[in-house]
Formats: sequence, C-alpha cells, structure tokens
Amino acid sequence: MDPRLKRILPKVQKPARYTGGEYNQTVKDKDQVELRCALCFPDTYEIGMSNLGMRILYHTINSMPGVWCERCFAPWEDMETELRAAGLPLYALESGDPLKDFDALGFPIGYEMAYTTVLNMLDLAGLPVRSADRPDLLPLVFAGGTSCCNPEPMADFLDLMVIGEGEALDNEVLELLRTAKREGWTKQTYLRAAARIPGVWVPSLYQPEYDEDERFTGLTPLSGAPETVTKRIVEDFENSPFPTKQIVPSTEIVHDRVNLELFRGCIRGCRFCQAGQVYRPVRARSAEKLIQQGIESLQATGYQEITLSSLSSSDYRELGQLCDGLLDYCVPRSIGLALPSLRADNFSMDLMQRVQKVRKSGLTFAPEAGTQRLRDAINKNVREEDLLESCRVAFAGGWNNVKLYFMLGLPTETDEDVVGIAKVAEDVYRLWREHAVNKARGVRITVSTSCFIPKPHTPFQWAPMVTKEEYLRRVKLLRSSIRSRAIVYNWHDAETSEIEGVLSRGDRRVGAVIEAVWRKGGRLEAWSDFFDHARWMAAFEACGVNPDDYTLRPRAAGEPFPWERVNMGVTRRHLWREWELTQEDRLSPDCRAGCVGCGARALLGCCPDHDVEMGGESA
Amino acid sequence: MIEAGTKLRLRFAKEGRAVYISHLDLMRTMQRAFLRAGYPLKYSEGFNPHPVISILLPLGVGAASVCELMDFSLTAPLDEAELPERLTAAMPEGVRALEVYPGGRKVKELKWLELEGVFEYDARDPAEMAAGLRDFFARPSIVITKKTKRGTGESDIAPAIRFLSFSPDEKRVLLRGVISAQEPTLNPEHLANALRQLAPELAPDFAEFRRLEVCDAEMKVFR
Repeated sequence: MDPRLKRILPKVQKPARYTGGEYNQTVKDKDQVELRCALCFPDTYEIGMSNLGMRILYHTINSMPGVWCERCFAPWEDMETELRAAGLPLYALESGDPLKDFDALGFPIGYEMAYTTVLNMLDLAGLPVRSADRPDLLPLVFAGGTSCCNPEPMADFLDLMVIGEGEALDNEVLELLRTAKREGWTKQTYLRAAARIPGVWVPSLYQPEYDEDERFTGLTPLSGAPETVTKRIVEDFENSPFPTKQIVPSTEIVHDRVNLELFRGCIRGCRFCQAGQVYRPVRARSAEKLIQQGIESLQATGYQEITLSSLSSSDYRELGQLCDGLLDYCVPRSIGLALPSLRADNFSMDLMQRVQKVRKSGLTFAPEAGTQRLRDAINKNVREEDLLESCRVAFAGGWNNVKLYFMLGLPTETDEDVVGIAKVAEDVYRLWREHAVNKARGVRITVSTSCFIPKPHTPFQWAPMVTKEEYLRRVKLLRSSIRSRAIVYNWHDAETSEIEGVLSRGDRRVGAVIEAVWRKGGRLEAWSDFFDHARWMAAFEACGVNPDDYTLRPRAAGEPFPWERVNMGVTRRHLWREWELTQEDRLSPDCRAGCVGCGARALLGCCPDHDVEMGGESA
Repeated sequence: MIEAGTKLRLRFAKEGRAVYISHLDLMRTMQRAFLRAGYPLKYSEGFNPHPVISILLPLGVGAASVCELMDFSLTAPLDEAELPERLTAAMPEGVRALEVYPGGRKVKELKWLELEGVFEYDARDPAEMAAGLRDFFARPSIVITKKTKRGTGESDIAPAIRFLSFSPDEKRVLLRGVISAQEPTLNPEHLANALRQLAPELAPDFAEFRRLEVCDAEMKVFR
C-alpha cells in the first residue's frame, strides 16, 4: 500500500471502501497481463458495488485471458480532500495502481446526475477531462449505460461509448484496444477502427449542426462513421454470463445481498419509462437456471439475503416456481427472500404468504398517476380496482405499511388528476379500516411524488416538463387534498429534476455547462449533500445555455433529436404513435397481449410480430 | 473431532488491507466467511435469530493483530485441524484463521496486551526521538484528555503501561511494549495522543500498532 494512502485512511470515514482486498476480488499477475482496464463507477463504493451491471461487466471483462479488470469508485468528500492534499492520484482497488497508468477506463453511467462525477474522477486520476486534450491512445476513456442512449451531453469528454448491453460489446472494444496497443496505433486510428464495431459510438466522429437560430439540426458522421449506431444486446439471455462468485464487500453497501436478474426488458410499455423502452426486447431466464444461480451465489458469498430484480418481477411467468425453489433452500437456512417491483394488478395473497415465511416487509406500489384517465394516457396498465384489491388482500394478511409512488407533471395532467392521488390514498386508508386484522397496530400510508422528466427514446421525448413553480403548485394542491392523518405525503424537490431534464435531452452545448459546474466544485450530485441548483444556474448563464429551451419547449413532430443516430431498437415511428395515443388517453397492449410492433424484436433477428416468450423456453 | 454445540474459540490474524475493516463489519464478514467455508454457526433463538459470535477484545480500525480471539459454536461436528486453512480460504485478504480449540479461559482473566508499533518521523532524528520517548513514558503520571460519550474526561494512562521500549531505525522509532487490555483498557492510539497533547515535539507524523499476544495478570499467554 502506498505510504501516503496509509496515512490518509485512518482520517476518513469508512476506510474499508478505499482499500480493496474483498473476498472474491480478481487479482491477476501483472507480468502476464497485456491490457489493464478499470471500471470507474461515478458514485460511491456503496452505490457502485450494489450495481448489478458493474458486477456482470467485472466478470465478463476478467474472463478475457491477458486482460485484468479492476474497480474504482468516486471518493466521498473527505477522501477527495485528503487525496488532493497528499497529491495522491485516484487508484484502482485491486492493485492500488494509479488509474492514469491503465489502458482503459470504463465508466458505467446510469444516471445523468453522475456526469460531473465522471469529470471529477478523471481529474482525480490526473487526466484532462476533455477527450481532445488527451492525445494519447492510452488510457482509453469510454462509457456505457442507459445515459449513453443520448451520447451528446458527454461527447466532449469521452473517447468512445458503448451503446446497449456492455457484456455483449465491451470485450470486442478491449480486444481491438489490445491489438492497437501491441501495434502502436494512434488514438485516431483506433477510434476510426472501433467505430466499425456494431454498437460503438465515437463522439468525435459526429459533428453537431445548428441553424441560424442556434437550434440543433442534426449530427453529421465524419470519417466513415456509421449513419446510425444500433445498440448491442445479449441475445441468449438464458446462457449469458452471470457471476455467481461475486465480490463480497467487507463493509456494508446499499444492496448487501445476492441479486438475481430474472429478465431484461419489460413487457409493459409505460410511456414515461426509459428503461421499459430501451431495454427491449424482453429476454428471460428459466426458473430452473435462476434457482441454480441463486443457490450458487448464496453459497459462494455467504449472503443471508437474496432479492429478485427486473423491471417488473411479477410479470415473470415462472415467479411461483422460482420462489418455491428458492424458499426450499432459504427457509431452513434463515436466508431472506425479497421481492421488489411487484405490480398491483397481479399481486397475490399466495405469493405474499410464501415470501412472508421468512420476512415481512412493507408493500410498495407505483400507480404513477391519480386517475384512470391519466394512467391510461401514460399506458400504466394498472386499474384502480386491482390496486385496491391488492391492498385489501395485504391488509387482511396483516400488512400495515403501504407506500404509493406517483409522478406530478405528466403530460396531459390536470388538477383533477392531482386530486385523484389523494383519493387513491384515502381509498387505501378506507380499505385498511374495513379489512385490517389488527387495527391496534395502526397503519402507515406513504404517498411520494416526484417531478416527471421526459427521457430520450420514450414516447414522451416530445413532451415539455412543467416549471418548478407549477410542480410546487400541484404539490400544494395535493397536500391540501389529503385529509387523513394516517397518510404521510413526501415530495421530491423539483430543482434536481429540472437539471436532470436538461441533461437528459441535452445536446453537445450542455457539455460546457457540465464542465463549468464541475470546475466550480460540482460532483456526487446525485446526493442532496452536494447538489447545488444555483451553481447550475450560474453555469447556464456563463455558457449562454437556456435550460428552459431543453425542459419546457414542446418538440415538433419532425424535430431532430441529439440522440437520433442512436438506435435503441424501438423506432421513432412507434414512439410517435404512442405519443399520439397519449393525447387520446388510449392504452397500448403489453407484449403478451399483443405485439405493438415497436421494432425491438428486430434486434434478435426475429420476425417483428413474433410472440414474446417470458420465463424461458418452456413458458 | 469436536462435538456439535461445543463452545469454541478461534484465534485469528487481521493484517494488511483488512486492518481497515471495522469491528461491526468484521462480525458480518465472519458470519459470511463461516457460511462460505461450510461451517454452520449456531444461531440464537428468539424472534430475530442471529449467529452467536463474540470477539473478545475489539480491535480499532487501522491496527493489525495476530492474536484476535473469537468465541462461537457450530451446529455440526468439527475437524479442528482442518479449520484454519478452510476458513482462511473463505476470508477477505488479510484475515487468517490460526487455530481453533474448545472452551478457552474466561474473558475477565485477560489482562495484558503485548504490542509493537511504528512511530514515523519525516523530519526529525529518530535516535533523538527515541531518547525523548523513553524519558516521556518513564513519567510516573501521564494525564491525557479523552473524548468520551459525555464530553471530555481526564485520565492517567501511566498505570496502564507495564513496559515500553523504543529503538530508532532510519526514519522511524520502533516500539515494543505491554499495556493493559482490560480494566483499564488502554487504546494504543492514546500513546501517540499523549505525545500530541503533552509533548508535541515528540509526537510522530504517523503511528501504527500491531497486537502480538494477549496475556493474563501473571503475563502467561491467554488462550
């Protein structure tokens, strides 16, 4: 260990997150390694080690002979101060070697508010933040993750982006880098060659164009870069790599448990949901495989809790069989099974009671909108009677803690919809009074609202956001509509949402704002501790960027988007059709009820109206 | 073979990168390591069952040790000769299981701690420092201010020091000593704190410690 680091660690909070050395970490012989890569997660260790994508990529990259992939996370404020004071550059956890000596630095970016942290980590590593200021090939600075589906805001900082699922693509990018390193290619040569790998986006090979009103008009591909880049996906999800020998952190992390991924994609087509659109098509693992992976993971880690993860776990066809199989293993060993993201419409007493055998947690539902009209307009296929029936069953089964999540500011929302949220909560409360088995214990109904943010590659990419003032007016209206004391109302601030709104649908000019905010100290801004709205406003001003132009302006049907040349599988034609259905309050069927022809099936090379299978081959 | 349910004591080392694992995190790490190694820990009974494990003398973050003791029981018979290697293989880097045996002496009979330490001086002469340190720790009374849960308190650490020696090398002073582990407990960090408070000219730029052995009141090895 670096003697400078040894002196720093006793001074910072939770030093174990900066040391590496955890059980199951991968260590390779440096002399036998040709290419060294570090996955640099732009948030803390506790968040990054809880990220399943990070764990999958660590495993798939390390499966390459001669390539060693290590980890790095953003230091907390105290550690950053100490590192800078000691002149110690940011390092990778396994070897302790400085990041600037690596061949490739990969940033998984799942959230736009992490952008400033990416810049800060590059700076802490001793690297210039702009790609153009890093003339050498090595280290290659690349990124992937959901946020890259709009590559423009971070275009000036990253050498390369991988579009889609990293485990389908990262190894090809690194294999080419190995060749480039061995043969001494220039950065330019490498990037032009890499741009020919399907799914690779090289930002410097796309020139943004603006008209005389400074409105974005499109991206021009340079040097033979492809017209569009189509995301890569894992086609055979059943047999795709899943690490059962996962690293077990020696200090507590946010999701300190085994995380089983049931399926990727979502059969629902909620129009506000970016994940539901960009992870299509749906691909599931069989219950048999999942039970085996779950048991192997529990044995290899010693974890005492396992959770099922996916975008909508109750849509998994073999959920009952899967839970039974896992419970057979878990119950005798006092291992907890947690079931997040259940939908209100097919929640069953049976499943609840089976899971309850081990641990009884609170119930969470996300109706998203307060009236059936608006739920139909956003294509949230949840009917109020299903939600209420689920709650009735839950209360009769002894639950007394329900959380309800909603959004304010959704397209077409009226005051009637806002007041409707209070009505839903009051109805849930009424059901508790009628059906609770033990009223003496009381009930807690929590209503949370956040501000709707339109995201690229969704039907709502054309929609304006509401202003902060309007959001707060709706918050007040809702608050005054809630009468019962058993209902607790929490609302998220709209200031972060406003910035996230700009970054989500931003073009390359927003990059200058990101840099300006970072230069004024911005980083870790997903944490309210470090988010500073005024700093963003000052940066918009200084860079001559009007945030309202990105958040409040309705987009025209044919308007070019900065993410136009990225193909996430779902076609623009389909998204526009869904946007039109929104105006008519009309639902679209989910993938099981009928194919809407979104286009994503083409990624599997299948006939687009082929029936979607869920729960493996036998389903 | 040791019968299931027998009270067992594990002696283990915590060194290298593992010195930054906190006591609470180490308890969690132990539970998981036993599971990974296939040793079923005995759980408490009651509403919220948890493994009954107890680490005798919690070790501060940053300090190393080759003499940590932990009490536990298993629900299966144990081949004690096999445990050190198998359990170590299931541990994070830096934690090594050394031996396991049934029973063990009562915790209250543990009294003295043998330790070594390193005082680093960046710009001072180690030989001069060592001489100063010998004089300082020979004082009959060394009263320091400690932070406690109820604000600050004063405490004389001299009676808790049985023996300390200092030997200089190139840039450091090496410390060997025996201090009180219990009643009163002296955290070795307070040796450096005493210097910072009472003799800043002798205070090291960095100090680290390693527990070597635990002993009873008669300085016999405690097991």
